Amino acid sequence: MHFAGDSIVLPEHFLEHQKGRALRRKAIDRWFGRLGLILTLGTLGVLAILLLNLAANGLFRIDWHFLTSFPSRRAAEAGVLSAWVGTALLMLVTASLAIPLGVAAGIYLEEYAPKNKWTDFVEINIANLAGVPSILYGLMALGLFVYKFRFGQSILAGGMALGCLVLPIVIVSTREALRTIPAMIREAAFALGATRWQAVWHHLLPYSTGGISTGVILAMSRAIGESSPLITIGALTFIAFLPPPAILDHAPFVSFSWLFSPFTALPIQMFNWVSRPGEEFQANAAAAGLLLMVITLGMNGAAILLRRHAQRNIKW
Amino acid sequence: MSTQPQSLSPAKNEPLPGISLGGRTNVDPAEDKRPVPAKVQIQELSFFYGTHQVLRSVTLEVPKDQVTALIGPSGCGKTTLLRCLNRMHDLYPGNRYEGSVKLQPEGIDILGPGMDPIQVRMRFGMVFQKPNPFPKSIYENVAYGLRLQGMSKRRELDERVEKALREAALWDEVKSRLHGLAHNLSGGQQQRLCIARAIATDPDVVLFDEPTSALDPIATSKIEELIVELKKRVTVVIVTHNLQQAGRISDMTAFMYLGELIEFGETNRVFTNPAKPQTEDYISGRFG
Amino acid sequence: MPLPQESSRRLDKAVEGIMVWVLRLGGWASVLVTFGIVITLITESEPFFSKVPFRRLITDKMWTPLFADPQYGISALLAGTLVTTGVALLVAVPLGTILAIYLSEFAPVRLRELVKPMLELLSAVPTVVYGYFALLTLTPLLQKIYPDLSQFSMLSAGLIMGIMIIPYVTSLGEDSMRSVPMLLREGAFALGDGKLGVALRVVFPGAFSGLAAAYVLAISRAVGETMIVAIAAGLQPKLTFNPLDSAATVTAFIVQVSLGDLPHGSIGYQSIFAAGAVLFLMTLGFNLAGHALRRRFHRAA
Repeated sequence: MHFAGDSIVLPEHFLEHQKGRALRRKAIDRWFGRLGLILTLGTLGVLAILLLNLAANGLFRIDWHFLTSFPSRRAAEAGVLSAWVGTALLMLVTASLAIPLGVAAGIYLEEYAPKNKWTDFVEINIANLAGVPSILYGLMALGLFVYKFRFGQSILAGGMALGCLVLPIVIVSTREALRTIPAMIREAAFALGATRWQAVWHHLLPYSTGGISTGVILAMSRAIGESSPLITIGALTFIAFLPPPAILDHAPFVSFSWLFSPFTALPIQMFNWVSRPGEEFQANAAAAGLLLMVITLGMNGAAILLRRHAQRNIKW
Repeated sequence: MSTQPQSLSPAKNEPLPGISLGGRTNVDPAEDKRPVPAKVQIQELSFFYGTHQVLRSVTLEVPKDQVTALIGPSGCGKTTLLRCLNRMHDLYPGNRYEGSVKLQPEGIDILGPGMDPIQVRMRFGMVFQKPNPFPKSIYENVAYGLRLQGMSKRRELDERVEKALREAALWDEVKSRLHGLAHNLSGGQQQRLCIARAIATDPDVVLFDEPTSALDPIATSKIEELIVELKKRVTVVIVTHNLQQAGRISDMTAFMYLGELIEFGETNRVFTNPAKPQTEDYISGRFG
Repeated sequence: MPLPQESSRRLDKAVEGIMVWVLRLGGWASVLVTFGIVITLITESEPFFSKVPFRRLITDKMWTPLFADPQYGISALLAGTLVTTGVALLVAVPLGTILAIYLSEFAPVRLRELVKPMLELLSAVPTVVYGYFALLTLTPLLQKIYPDLSQFSMLSAGLIMGIMIIPYVTSLGEDSMRSVPMLLREGAFALGDGKLGVALRVVFPGAFSGLAAAYVLAISRAVGETMIVAIAAGLQPKLTFNPLDSAATVTAFIVQVSLGDLPHGSIGYQSIFAAGAVLFLMTLGFNLAGHALRRRFHRAA
């Protein structure tokens, strides 16, 4: 092969010119690298400012009294007892709906589903569901759970709304976790005579617990911070009592009447305080926000660490 | 010979031919003259992936307790043929077999209607291209096939695991860390562990799919020795792209090309005096 | 040789048969949720749409379905959504893209591995917290610059919403940029181009449909975001395109009505489902488009 340029002798100033260009490119690259770093740090800085701002305005409010008191008309006496109990109970309902259904759906789609139109439809549906605004889950819960199923404005209705909301997160992370397991591992199990379910139960699920739990934590963290679906079903009320206990001291010892109790939750309580005039209530809002941030960012951090750990533990 | 497409769905509750009856022999009269009885009789086997035909009417008799090598250029269908024998293709949609594969001496057609692919797999061990131990302990890897077959007594399991590991020439290296993770073993050790896992259930046939392609020469020679040892008690079918390997360890060699079986015979004969020009071209390195 | 017990095989098969159905039901649950949303929106908003003539949705200038003299100009709500989304995109698209380019092409691997999950945290912050921050910290700050900024402003809500959706742009964008084959980059480097040149001339076009998917999904997020706008942009529907003004978005209207007493079947009840139906159609469009772009990108890559 002969290149036309081989025989051309470049004039001296041409090389000089090239050198100048190369230097300019280097300068531009250096400049952009700095810009990127600054913007990255700046963006992360927003997170820090957010936390510091909440801490500066609300940290002084967080004490034992705050955690163990009901909301009150007097800002200084108000607390988040009914809110965090409500959040905890909501999460119980959300988890027991979203985890089994989401993991089952993930396993089905990844390991069982035939490649056909219906499966395509289900996949597009899940991708779309993940992008449906959370407030629409609230509207569904209002029309369906609150009125049609007559659950009322209850923990059950709220928990189910949040469960539907985070279902796609659990499904997607289950599928991703299963997908990291090489086909060779499935084939090894099948070649020894395992049924599909045995391959799933003995191998695929145990090897993907790290990934699945990461997804479950992220899903729960999302659900904890959600307020709009709960507002839509009418949860924004003054709740100065706790739901009936789940464990009784007489037969049948367990009770599910708490499922139908009205409730409030941490983000709802915070919204309530934000929308009230007066710096004292805003301090309460900041304190509730700080609690929410610590919980959700803590869960996200845990999920990141868990994912790292799971990746390091099994190398295929 | 049956030409109708075989059902790929799991068997209904009908009795499983051969496997539950046992002992039924169906030996061709011509077989008697042969020194080595056939273990697997492949007759007119065609295999389709969707509408694409991958195997064309392959007829082949795998002799009992010998090593049969399948050779041929990439894409010739040798791995496809191997995976027909334990019906691994059933795991993926759109696959279809035609013809029959009879497991002797019972004469069960493993492609026959109503045959449960899982029971077929329980009688065929398989070792893959790359070591693929489960991320569990060494012990649990070997015991898994036994557990699947319903063995649960600790002492029985211990015994069989030790036996399999000894046969895979791995026992001395791992006996002190049976409950350590299999992934901490070297590549060659992992592949021997996979062999132990495959033979622990006393299968009739062990299928090797290029078992040394991911290993270094020393680990490879250990695996080769092991395969030669194994044929004392089990029939071996091995797919290999390494002609020297086929020559070193196999008794019989089948040369495949474009989905067809071109030539099948004793390894020495095929390598020194091939009957077909394609075989000669391949063996002398002119293609593939 | 010992053969597997027939009875235990039968048990395994029965378990397999049951589990296939259990798992399939799980897969169907997601479809059921979609149907639940669609059917509820249709049936509950149907009375509203059959009562209100379509013409009035377009021609009315105000959205006051709950007043004695009701006005049904949906444009008053859409304007709020449009402006807040626009402001958010002005923040998230340039910033998110620059961060994606930086992380994919410039940042050292260890920095990227550290920063990426931290950026994701931005979208994990509860939106009510963002709303608080926009209303009580950012708005007073902006009022120092624009003294006529109202207490509730679309600018403030939109800016914070932009911060919230940066990770959607950066994360998806960075993934698609990194999946541009190294070989293409090397081709350009071999010709003497610099890093930024390669990023803009080779990587950016190569990853464009992936980036476009990221933008579209970010739009969908912004359109559907509720709490930030409900807290910081105001709850009164107003047909204005001035970001310094306050106005309700489609989502904020739903919140505003939900805050009051809401008997089943009342006009207020019907109107939020009507707003929900509009919101669903908008986000569905963006989601499907984003999904299609993503698919096309993965097929091309």
